Amino acid sequence: MSELLHRTAAELAAGIAAGEHSSEEVTRAHLDRIEAVDEVVHAFLHVDGERALEAARAVDAKVAAGEPVGPLAGVPLGLKDVLTMRGAPTTCGSRMLRDWHPPYDATVTRRLLEAGLVVLGKTNMDEFAMGSSTENSAYGPTRNPWDTSRIPGGSGGGSAAALAAFEAPLTIGTDTGGSIRQPAAVTGTVGVKPTYGGTSRYGLVALASSLDQPGPCARTVLDAALLHQVIAGHDPLDSTSIDAPVPDVVTAARSGDVAGMRIGVVRELGGEGYAPGVEQRFTEAVELLSGLGAEVVEVSCPSFDAALGAYYLIMPSEASSNLARFDAMRFGLRVGDDGTRSAEEVMNLTREAGFGAEVKRRIIIGTYALSSGYYDAYYGSAQKVRTLIKRDFDAAFERCDVLVSPTTPSTPWPLGERVDDPLAMYKADLCTLPSNLAGNAAASFPAGLAPEDGLPVGVQVMAPPMADDRLYRVGAALERALTEQWGGPLLNRIPQLQEVSA
Amino acid sequence: MALTTDDVARLAKLARIELSEAELEHLAPQLDVILESVASVQQVAGPDIEPTSHALPLTNVFREDEVRPSLPREDVLAGAPAAEEERFRVPRILGEEA
Repeated sequence: MSELLHRTAAELAAGIAAGEHSSEEVTRAHLDRIEAVDEVVHAFLHVDGERALEAARAVDAKVAAGEPVGPLAGVPLGLKDVLTMRGAPTTCGSRMLRDWHPPYDATVTRRLLEAGLVVLGKTNMDEFAMGSSTENSAYGPTRNPWDTSRIPGGSGGGSAAALAAFEAPLTIGTDTGGSIRQPAAVTGTVGVKPTYGGTSRYGLVALASSLDQPGPCARTVLDAALLHQVIAGHDPLDSTSIDAPVPDVVTAARSGDVAGMRIGVVRELGGEGYAPGVEQRFTEAVELLSGLGAEVVEVSCPSFDAALGAYYLIMPSEASSNLARFDAMRFGLRVGDDGTRSAEEVMNLTREAGFGAEVKRRIIIGTYALSSGYYDAYYGSAQKVRTLIKRDFDAAFERCDVLVSPTTPSTPWPLGERVDDPLAMYKADLCTLPSNLAGNAAASFPAGLAPEDGLPVGVQVMAPPMADDRLYRVGAALERALTEQWGGPLLNRIPQLQEVSA
Repeated sequence: MALTTDDVARLAKLARIELSEAELEHLAPQLDVILESVASVQQVAGPDIEPTSHALPLTNVFREDEVRPSLPREDVLAGAPAAEEERFRVPRILGEEA
């Protein structure tokens, strides 16, 4: 395994800019690593080595010519397969979009390419981002590099596993109810959901438009901040994009000073149903922050108890409406068009064949919640709960600069354990989805390994809208103190993956 | 409440998804459990609480009504399941009796 693979994105970029190593060497090392381990991990759905090497050589040429390059230029990256990029398929982990090539780049993609990042390929995900384990991918599950018999989280399990398996130093995820943060927690990596509107949704295949948000995934806090800086900011092509300066996340990540910060522990996000090792590592992380000069208080957000119910009405409602676009007419799969069937029959057959079980479950729940006679009782009530959750956050943020909780109640579970038990699967999002409903910024940072099973635990930090920098300040403080305690990064303790020689 | 297979069949029809009998049998109890568990949201907020549709306040976004190049036709049609004469080709949309 090449020594370059363990470097941070910041170190790789500095080395490329200084001519110590070329982007081509770095890219080739990562492509070799993918070749060697991805048959087992299955973090990627599509890899285009030629394209990546070409992009890498373009950065190297710029550096050689003395032209200025961006702070992450030449660094390889994996892009979640829900964001469009010309010249590569975008499948969203669905049979519906097998081999579909989008005609335009997502804004996030465009910014990455303009900043000189080298896209290695598209990462695996639960179908249309519906799931917490990546088992709902039509192309087979991703495996957790810490224990390949276990789930890597979801829906962005591919993006998280690619980092933990050292297949890429940076990846992009999207977070509708926890799809960046929960995979980060169970793989011992960093994942940030920016404030809703902080990153553009243009070219992101929509799951739930009022909740979806792209964000950075990385192995270190500074790397995540540098990537955040590249992809964030106002985009006229997304009408919900916030027209304001991006919070200074990079400075915050370099500082890590939490002295005098007020940190609120959310009483409702803990206790019964939480694994002992998760609670233990979370409590230790809070004590650590307190030791670094933060003021820790307990806060109560009683409406969070209703978040799961509200979320699993709002999200399927929006999803059932958004996924109506997969009608077999303009893009993707078409089944049964034999000249005898009507458009509607073809549509019905295509959606039957193209969607997996979880997508069907959610579309039908959403159809139910939006149907006449039930709209007020379900969708309307859920939207009111959303108001209450926002109020709880507002009240808590009057007393605290940030809130903290475990990211997810358990460590990664064995593949297959929850596939036919949707409710058990949904509970993995218990702590993450209030921030999607309220739109504030939130992130997951490694907190250590649970003593009972030796598997990763994440701590979640939540900040008010457009105070994303506070996430990085707290994350950097934790990372610094914990790395010192552990004697190195958490991922140094990951078991070696068997490499297949090419 | 108890969601029956007939209910699921009706919803699937509304959602334009053909479901087999086996799938209906499999899905109905799962959907019933989900709906039961989310039903409690009805008891949480009183009538005086305003609904929230979006996390942050939204304002209408306008731009100048100017002509801009659109995506090239061939790029768009390249991803279509069927195309003919520079258009999307679709199955018949009217019934035989129409």
